[in-house]
Amino acid sequence: MNQSVMHQYVLSVKVENRTGVLARVVGLFSARGYNIDSLSVSKTQEDDISVITLVVHGDDRVIEQVKKQLNKLIDVIKVTDHTDIPSAEREVAMIKVQLTPQKRVEIFQIAQTFKAEIIDITQKTLTLEIMGHPTTIDNFIDIISSYGIKDMIRSGRISFARERK
Amino acid sequence: MKMRGARIVVESLLCENVDYMFGYPGGVVIPIFDELYSSPIKFILTRHEQGAVHAADGFARATGRPGVVLATSGPGATNLVTGLATANMDSVPLVVLTGQVSTLLIGNDAFQEADITGITRPVTKHNYLVQDIKDLARIIKEAFYIATTGRPGPVLVDIPANLCHELLEFEYPDHVELRGYKPTYKGHPMQIKKAAEMISQSKRPVIYAGGGVIISGASEELRALVKKTGIPVTTTLLGLGSFPETDPLALEMLGMHGTFYANHTVNESDLLIAIGARFDDRVTGKISEFIPNAKVIHIDIDPASVSKNVVVDVPIVGDCKHVLAELNEIVKAPQIDEWVKQTLEIKKNHPLTYDTESDTVKPQFVIERIYELTKGDAIVCTEVGQHQMWAAQYYKFTKPRTFISSGGLGTMGFGLPASIGAQFGNPDKIVVDISGDGSLQMNIQELIVAVQFELPVIIAILNNGFLGMVRQWQQLFYDRRYSNTCIKCAPDFVKLAEAYGAQGLRVTKKEEVDGAILKALAERHRPTIIDFQVEKEENVYPFVPSGKTVKDTIMRELA
Repeated sequence: MNQSVMHQYVLSVKVENRTGVLARVVGLFSARGYNIDSLSVSKTQEDDISVITLVVHGDDRVIEQVKKQLNKLIDVIKVTDHTDIPSAEREVAMIKVQLTPQKRVEIFQIAQTFKAEIIDITQKTLTLEIMGHPTTIDNFIDIISSYGIKDMIRSGRISFARERK
Repeated sequence: MKMRGARIVVESLLCENVDYMFGYPGGVVIPIFDELYSSPIKFILTRHEQGAVHAADGFARATGRPGVVLATSGPGATNLVTGLATANMDSVPLVVLTGQVSTLLIGNDAFQEADITGITRPVTKHNYLVQDIKDLARIIKEAFYIATTGRPGPVLVDIPANLCHELLEFEYPDHVELRGYKPTYKGHPMQIKKAAEMISQSKRPVIYAGGGVIISGASEELRALVKKTGIPVTTTLLGLGSFPETDPLALEMLGMHGTFYANHTVNESDLLIAIGARFDDRVTGKISEFIPNAKVIHIDIDPASVSKNVVVDVPIVGDCKHVLAELNEIVKAPQIDEWVKQTLEIKKNHPLTYDTESDTVKPQFVIERIYELTKGDAIVCTEVGQHQMWAAQYYKFTKPRTFISSGGLGTMGFGLPASIGAQFGNPDKIVVDISGDGSLQMNIQELIVAVQFELPVIIAILNNGFLGMVRQWQQLFYDRRYSNTCIKCAPDFVKLAEAYGAQGLRVTKKEEVDGAILKALAERHRPTIIDFQVEKEENVYPFVPSGKTVKDTIMRELA
């Protein structure tokens, strides 16, 4: 049981929508020296329940233990591991790139291919918004980065379990 | 009837049948103290908040009822942290109330402000910052419920000062509704059946009982299981008393300073039945070589404790008492005569030993005499260190809730306040704090509480002039470089006792040991400190060094 195997995990944590709950949840990761790759929190159709989607790299055994510890938190209603179950995963990114007259058409074409939307444009910059699977966003950023990214923000992943047939 | 928040706090405590509270006043909690002034609750003013939380802890461990604490904001609250962590590690039910600055001042670096819910989040089972007086009674109700159910633990409730003055109709809820908290008490019947089959087919089984047996009140069920199956039993430090150590099948404590026969038997076993224990590193030693040939049944109420450190073949999540009762119904005795015979042989041939011929006062001898002269019927509290291990080894515990010690966190300074709490909970019992000259000085101020309330607590200092456990490691692993473990300057403990109004006795010779213990036992209206001047460089054996296995056990002093 001693080998350390690191994997990326996607956890969906349903919690009471209350002060301090997020601190309890993330505290279990920081206490183990784990950095959270992405985090998204918002309330559900019920005002008093929130869902936290959390992406973290970690040792399999440690994450198993954290999942049990999460379940033990009084304010945690349910923990679902989305790592290996069919789920829809989405993320939004907004990216500001440098605009030069020579490259303008190229950038537009790439944006169109990725179904990215233009949300702001100036003489020197173009801001694009892209929504999709996190790997699609990774690819888009990879390609667009050669034009010079001035600023960028990502929402963090949300994950929604698909209905089992 | 409308009442102030402060009154709601006290009325809520009365609804929970709180009779004793431990704590210390301060600015923001004056309104609550004002309500306590005319309440039937007996408030024990300790001399430091850490003393209060350890006293409440000792009360809880000795009685099985939740310990209750009240302290002020800021430093009052931060002084509780070690005690909360101690209780959290050892699953002790505490409800700890702290004052907080007024809601409008929170976050302003107000006088005596500390974010105590933030600070204590990782060392409590749960905590609350009350933000609305309408939530106050419900939160206190939930705090008691959470502290005492499932795997017990400390719950802190932080109460801002302004809420103490606000008025509200008092209504104490009769039940709690927590959708995220539903502890499992009943074990899964299929798993219990599997366990029963595994036990009846085993050839070399051993039971490993922990503090969970005591917490769930499962000692009788454990004895019934042993009676039915004839399986030998070892216990953890916190499991001491869960099974009578006077029973021939008792292998006593296992682990780093456990008996050789306990560790050897566990190592040779083909089935380890863990009951309310959590495979702590002080028990397992090198985890990859622990129980090389054994299957594991693990009964525990905390799902996070199961399969945490070792792979478990039959996990049973549930309350030990419930699960054992059901297991006892269906389990059949395995054929283990040969195994038991071998085990008892090893027990006979490798007993705990020390130099009984020595003319000096041996610490082990002192514990043996305390055991004899208290007829094995005392509540023994300890601090942390060598004396704690000698107490665990040489006092023979036969009943649950008679050994009170900081196991998980290993908190020096725990024993004296804990023994005070234990004595409040058991006024007619003999309570002994086995102490070291190092640990005792960490919370010595609480001695005055025992004097004030005429508690006959006996504080037996095994005084070796060293921080002995660290010194032992320095001797064995750091070439005797005793860096900062020699207490070169110590108070005269006899005079110190007398200054506090306690009885002070000193023992320098072996022949004086019994006399001093008897004199302390005869005193029923004030505490006694006995300063046993013991062998200075005595070591605790057997000793399985950290990260090693039973094969590496150091049995005695190397020449």
